[in-house]
Amino acid sequence: MPQPRARIVLAEVSRREDRADRTRTELAQQTRVGEALVRGLVRAQLALALRLSLVVMIALGGLPWLFAIAPSVSEVTVLGVKLPWLLLGVVSFPFLIGVGWSYVRLAERNEQDFTDLVQRPER
Amino acid sequence: MGNALVIPAIVAVTLLTVGIGFYGLRLARTTSDFLVASRVVSPTWNAAAIGGEYLSAASFLGIAGLILKYGVDVLWYPVGFAAGYLALLLFVAAPLRRSGAFTLPDFCELRLGSRRLRILATAFVIFIGWLYLVPQLQGAGLTLSTVTGSAYPVGAVLVAVVVTANVALGGMRAITFVQAFQYWLKLTALAVPAVFLALQWQADARPAVTPPDGPIFRTATAVVVEHPATLTFPDGEVREVRAGETLSFAPGDPVPEVSGVATDASDWLLPSTAGDDDRGLFATYSLILATFLGTMGLPHVLVRFYTNPNGAAARRTTLVVLALVGVFYLLPTIYGVLGRIYTPQLLVTGQTDAVVVLLPEAALGSGTTGRLLAALVAAGAFAAFLSTSSGLLTSVAGVISTDVLGRGSVRGFRLATVIAGAVPAVLALNVSGLDVSQVVGLAFAVAASSFCPLLVLGIWWRGLTDLGAAAGVLVGGGAAVAAVLVTVVGPPLTGWPAVLFAQPAAWTVPLAFTVTVLVSIASRRRVPADIGATMLRLHAPDALRL
Repeated sequence: MPQPRARIVLAEVSRREDRADRTRTELAQQTRVGEALVRGLVRAQLALALRLSLVVMIALGGLPWLFAIAPSVSEVTVLGVKLPWLLLGVVSFPFLIGVGWSYVRLAERNEQDFTDLVQRPER
Repeated sequence: MGNALVIPAIVAVTLLTVGIGFYGLRLARTTSDFLVASRVVSPTWNAAAIGGEYLSAASFLGIAGLILKYGVDVLWYPVGFAAGYLALLLFVAAPLRRSGAFTLPDFCELRLGSRRLRILATAFVIFIGWLYLVPQLQGAGLTLSTVTGSAYPVGAVLVAVVVTANVALGGMRAITFVQAFQYWLKLTALAVPAVFLALQWQADARPAVTPPDGPIFRTATAVVVEHPATLTFPDGEVREVRAGETLSFAPGDPVPEVSGVATDASDWLLPSTAGDDDRGLFATYSLILATFLGTMGLPHVLVRFYTNPNGAAARRTTLVVLALVGVFYLLPTIYGVLGRIYTPQLLVTGQTDAVVVLLPEAALGSGTTGRLLAALVAAGAFAAFLSTSSGLLTSVAGVISTDVLGRGSVRGFRLATVIAGAVPAVLALNVSGLDVSQVVGLAFAVAASSFCPLLVLGIWWRGLTDLGAAAGVLVGGGAAVAAVLVTVVGPPLTGWPAVLFAQPAAWTVPLAFTVTVLVSIASRRRVPADIGATMLRLHAPDALRL
C-alpha cells in the first residue's frame, strides 16, 4: 500500500515564508509600513505611465504642430512618399507597439521589485 | 452591380458566425461560461477577439473613404484608434482587471461604493453603446445596397437580427471564438486584395496618385447624381447639378471639384497648415484626444478584460491587441490612395465609404480575380458589422440585465439582449442620413469625456470621491452628449461653433477632468474609508495574491 503523500517543507524556506507573511499582513492590514509600500508602487507605476505618454505626446502630438508651423517638412519625400504619409500611415504603428512593449517590460520589473521587497524585507 | 459571388460570400460569413456561435453554445453550461467564458480564454485568442470586436465598419470602410476624400489629415483616425490601446495599456489594463469589475458600473461601485453613480454610469454605457451600434447597422444597410442593389433596411435588419440571436443564444464564450475568427477574416479580406491592387498598380505603369492637373477618369464613367451639388471643372466652369442627372466622362477627363471635397492635389497630399486654418489644427488635436482617450471608455472594450486570468495577462493581451490593430491599420490607407486613381467617381457622388467594396472590381476588372476579391472584401465588411455589433450588444445587454432588469440569470440576459438590439435597429431604420465615421468619432468623444476621467483618476488618485466622479461624468459627458445632439439633429453651423460641436473632445475632456478633481477636493470627506485596501487590490502584483 502506498503511503499517503506527505508535505515536506524545508526549514530555510519556511523561515522566509514567515517573514514574507509578516509583510503581507502589514500590507493587508494597512499598517503605516504597508501603506507606504503600496504608495511607492503606485507612484512608480504612474510615473512610468506618465513618462511614456509624454514620449508619445511629444513624438506624435508634436506632428500636427510641426506640419503647421513648418510646411516645408511636409514636402520632404522619402522613397517616393511624402513624409507626413510615411510618418502617420506607417511609422506611427511600430512606434506605438514599441512604446507598449517597453511599458509592459518596465511595469513588470516594477512589480518584481515590489514582490522582492515584500518577500525579503530584511534586505 | 452584377457580381454573383457577393451574396454567397456574405451568406457564408453570416452562417459561419452563427455556426461558431452554436458550437460555443454547446460548450456554455453555466452562467459564468455564458458571461465571461469562465476566464479560460488564452491571451492570443482573447487579443484576436478584442481586435476582431474593435475593428468596426468605421475601420474597415470609413477610414479608406475618409482618406480618399480628405487625404493625409484623416490619417489621425487610424493612428488614434490604435493609440487608444496604448493609453488603455498604460493607465487602465492591469488595475482594471485586478479590480474584478466586469462592466464600468461595476467599477464605479467597487471603487466608490455609490449606487447612484452606478446608475449614472449605466445610462452612459447604454447611450455610448447605442450611439456606436446605429452606424454599424447603417453601414450594413449601405454596403448591402451598394453591392447587391437591395433596399437599405435589408442589410440593417439582417445584421441586427443575426447579432441579437447569436448573442442571446451563445453568450460570451461563443462570441470569443466568433470575434477571433472575424479578426483574421477582416485582416485577410483587406490584405489579399491590397496585394493584387498594388501589383495591378505596378502593371499599369504606376499611374500618379496626384497628377498635376488633379484626378482624372481612367475609363469611360457615368455618374448618377443623387444630391444637388455645385461642381467646379478645372477650366473654371461652374455647374449646378440636380438629383437624377447623369454625367458622362470620357477616359482622361479631369474629375470636377465638388463643394467640400479635397480634389486639389496639395490639399489632399499635405497636412493643413497654420496660416490658412487654425480650426483645422484644433479639429486635428480634438480628434487625437478623443481617439487616444476614448477607447478605454468604450463599453465593449472593457468587458473583454475580465476574461483575462489576472492583471499581468491583461497587460500582455492589450499589447498583442495593439500589435494586431496596428497591422490592420496599415491597409485602409492603400485603398484610400488607390481609390484616387481607380474610383474617382466616388469623389463626385460623395459615397466614398464604398471605396473598399468597389475598388477590387474597378482596378482589376470584372474577371474572375476581380469578382472573387470583391466578394472577399464584402465578406470582410460583413464580418466587421457582425463582430462590432456583437461586442457592443453583449456589453449593453450585460448592463441592462444586471442594472436595469436586476437579474443575473441567463434568461434575464437573453431578454436584455432583445431589448438592447431592438432599439438601435429601429433608430438605424429612421436615420439613414447620418455619416458613419462621424458618428463613431462622436461616440469616442463621449467616452473620452465621461469614462476616461473616471477610470484614470479612480485607478491612480486616492482623492477621488463619488460626488467628484458624478459631477465629472455629468458635466464632461453631458457636454459631449449635447455636442453630439447639436451635430446630429441641430441646425447646420459654420465657422468655430461648427468645429467646437463636431469635434468636442478638446474642450470636453479637460472640462471633465477639471470638474472631477475640483469637486472631489471640495468633498474630500467622502473619500471611501477602505481606499487603502482598494489601491492595494488594484496595484499589488498578481504573484503576491493578497
